[in-house]
Amino acid sequence: MPTYILIATILVLSVIGYYMGRSTAVARNGGKSKGLHSLPGYYGYYMALWCALPALALAFLWLVFQNSIIEGMVLGGVDVQNPSLFMTDVKNYVENGIASGGVTDTLVAAADRYVSLKQYSAIMLSIGAIALAVVGLAYSQTRVGPTLRSRPKVEKALMIALMAASTIAILTTVGIILSLLFESALFFEKVPLTEFLFGIQWSPQTAMRADQVGSSGTFGAVPLFAGTLLITAIAMAVAAPIGLMSAIYMSEYADRRVRSVLKPLLEVLAGIPTVVYGFFAALTVAPFVRTLGQSVGLDVASESALAAGVVMGIMIVPFVSSLSDDVMTAVPQAMRDGSYGLGATKSETIKRVILPAALPGIVGAVMLAISRAIGETMIVVMAAGLSANLTANPFEAVTTVTVQIATLLVGDQEFDSPKTLATFALGLVLFVVTLILNIIALRIVRKYREQYE
Amino acid sequence: MTALDFTTHTIPLEGKSKISAKNVNLWYGEKQALHNINLEVGENQVTALIGPSGCGKSTFLRCLNRMNDTIPSCRIQGDISIDGDDIYAQSLDVVHLRARVGMVFQKPNPFPKSIFDNVAYGPRLHGLSESKDHLEHIVKSSLERAGLWKEVSDRLLSPGTGLSGGQQQRLCIARAIAVSPEVILMDEPCSALDPIATAKVEELIDELRENFTIAIVTHSMQQAARVSQRTAFFHLGVLVENGPTEGIFTSPIDKRTQDYVTGRFG
Repeated sequence: MPTYILIATILVLSVIGYYMGRSTAVARNGGKSKGLHSLPGYYGYYMALWCALPALALAFLWLVFQNSIIEGMVLGGVDVQNPSLFMTDVKNYVENGIASGGVTDTLVAAADRYVSLKQYSAIMLSIGAIALAVVGLAYSQTRVGPTLRSRPKVEKALMIALMAASTIAILTTVGIILSLLFESALFFEKVPLTEFLFGIQWSPQTAMRADQVGSSGTFGAVPLFAGTLLITAIAMAVAAPIGLMSAIYMSEYADRRVRSVLKPLLEVLAGIPTVVYGFFAALTVAPFVRTLGQSVGLDVASESALAAGVVMGIMIVPFVSSLSDDVMTAVPQAMRDGSYGLGATKSETIKRVILPAALPGIVGAVMLAISRAIGETMIVVMAAGLSANLTANPFEAVTTVTVQIATLLVGDQEFDSPKTLATFALGLVLFVVTLILNIIALRIVRKYREQYE
Repeated sequence: MTALDFTTHTIPLEGKSKISAKNVNLWYGEKQALHNINLEVGENQVTALIGPSGCGKSTFLRCLNRMNDTIPSCRIQGDISIDGDDIYAQSLDVVHLRARVGMVFQKPNPFPKSIFDNVAYGPRLHGLSESKDHLEHIVKSSLERAGLWKEVSDRLLSPGTGLSGGQQQRLCIARAIAVSPEVILMDEPCSALDPIATAKVEELIDELRENFTIAIVTHSMQQAARVSQRTAFFHLGVLVENGPTEGIFTSPIDKRTQDYVTGRFG
């Protein structure tokens, strides 16, 4: 029986279990649902869960372990030099009728054994799982009755399911951190930590051949950090004032109709794919900046930090404006009334009451926007350039941490050279910085929430 | 529903009138909330506005310092003047009006600033202080007049939101009197307070009467009887009766007033 039919069967059994649970509970309560500990439906869910969960768990574990067990049994009967290659041959022979080392008698025998074991396993699984489902049904039906507290039990099962769902997200994060840590450790075996963090020369191309010239590979990441910082600073110089001012307009001046149109429109900016921003920056803004610079006698590189930073700033305007607008709208009307009642005008009220009250929230919004800007990749890949210049001049091309990660990992790469491993170290730095920023931002926002009520 | 009874029984004010409202009508969108209100508020008196919920008393109070301006759908007709100055005149700056007519709200609403900054807010706004010392003097005397100085003198820089409800409300009163208004409007100032805090605020209102003209909206008829010299009874947007407080509570002229003050409705 194929696995999907097995799973469908178990599910059908559990649906049957649901109706059995309902009717059994009602029948054992003298034919009425009043007086049962829980609503009849909960007895249904109780039986359905007892039917489905053990059987599905068995099937899952079986499928996880069956391959290695079967392969062990097949290989146990033969004597070959390279077991994993032989196993691949067996599977290829079974599926396609070909094998790399030619079809031998041993191979054919092993293939037969493999096929029969697989069939046997599938039959056993079907019997076992369906039997377990039926046993679960029978057992739970004996327990169904007016006094069984089925509702708390069902709700507990639900809670565990919810917990499992949230655990997946956490485990993924932990997995990412661990992989970053391990790969970075490999990198730091080859390149000292101090050189990476404090070196000012970034030239990650390593020699492929011993006699290659000029590709020693130096991994001083300071130019990347400086470039990231420069572009982030430019982006925030654009996003913070524009975002804050539009938030003030939306929350305090715009009437409700204007706001209901304007806010979604601004949020559309956040929905534009970053790659679109990227070529907008590279093909429209960068040449514009260059011509503008030339017209006032400045020498601007065709890929400048300014172009990338400005476009990135536009991209994160909605982060600042939307969150700031929310916190400013959350300032109670009573505060505004109090201020107006003392003879303050609208702008005085905004300046002296609303902005100070909303400041922690606004700072939180800006922090989130900064961490977004630091991690942004596509715009800088396309518009900021690749040269690792250590400069504070916004008209020059710079490169960022994310750009280097992207370019170093594009294409086929060997994963044991410092060049590719460096990306993990860069990723780790990026992760730590944005994590710290996010924690600070969330703390500030939370503190703000406690201020009223 | 029976047709509205628009009659107003007025026992004329003795002494000087501070605020005079003539033929005031007010609409929220299509709905008329005030019908032809004529009311005199006497100088250095406490005038209580009473009536069941939704009768228009708070709306009328908010007309007196034009707080209704902040509500877009609100439309007002008629004349309201303070010392003869029409407060809805084109030439009048609403900021100046609100400096003359202070307001204390139903729920204490101190700003999330220090106690000092709360009281200093108005004086700073209107440039009332010439120096830092002068500002400190204004803050101190306002807190003293609000009966709060003794309780907060040692923690002027701690946040005003950290005070108890009754203290917060007295802080709001101190904040209002710091700009030396002529009139103080109070919109159910004690409704969020416990009886002890209420007693303190009522005592304060009685003291403030010496220097300020006060109009207070209240749901408590005992409070109206305790603190006010004149009472105006509103019902369904109509000013039913106004006159000396004692008369309203002991010998009301209109049947609706009588029903309300004896607790038959509302």
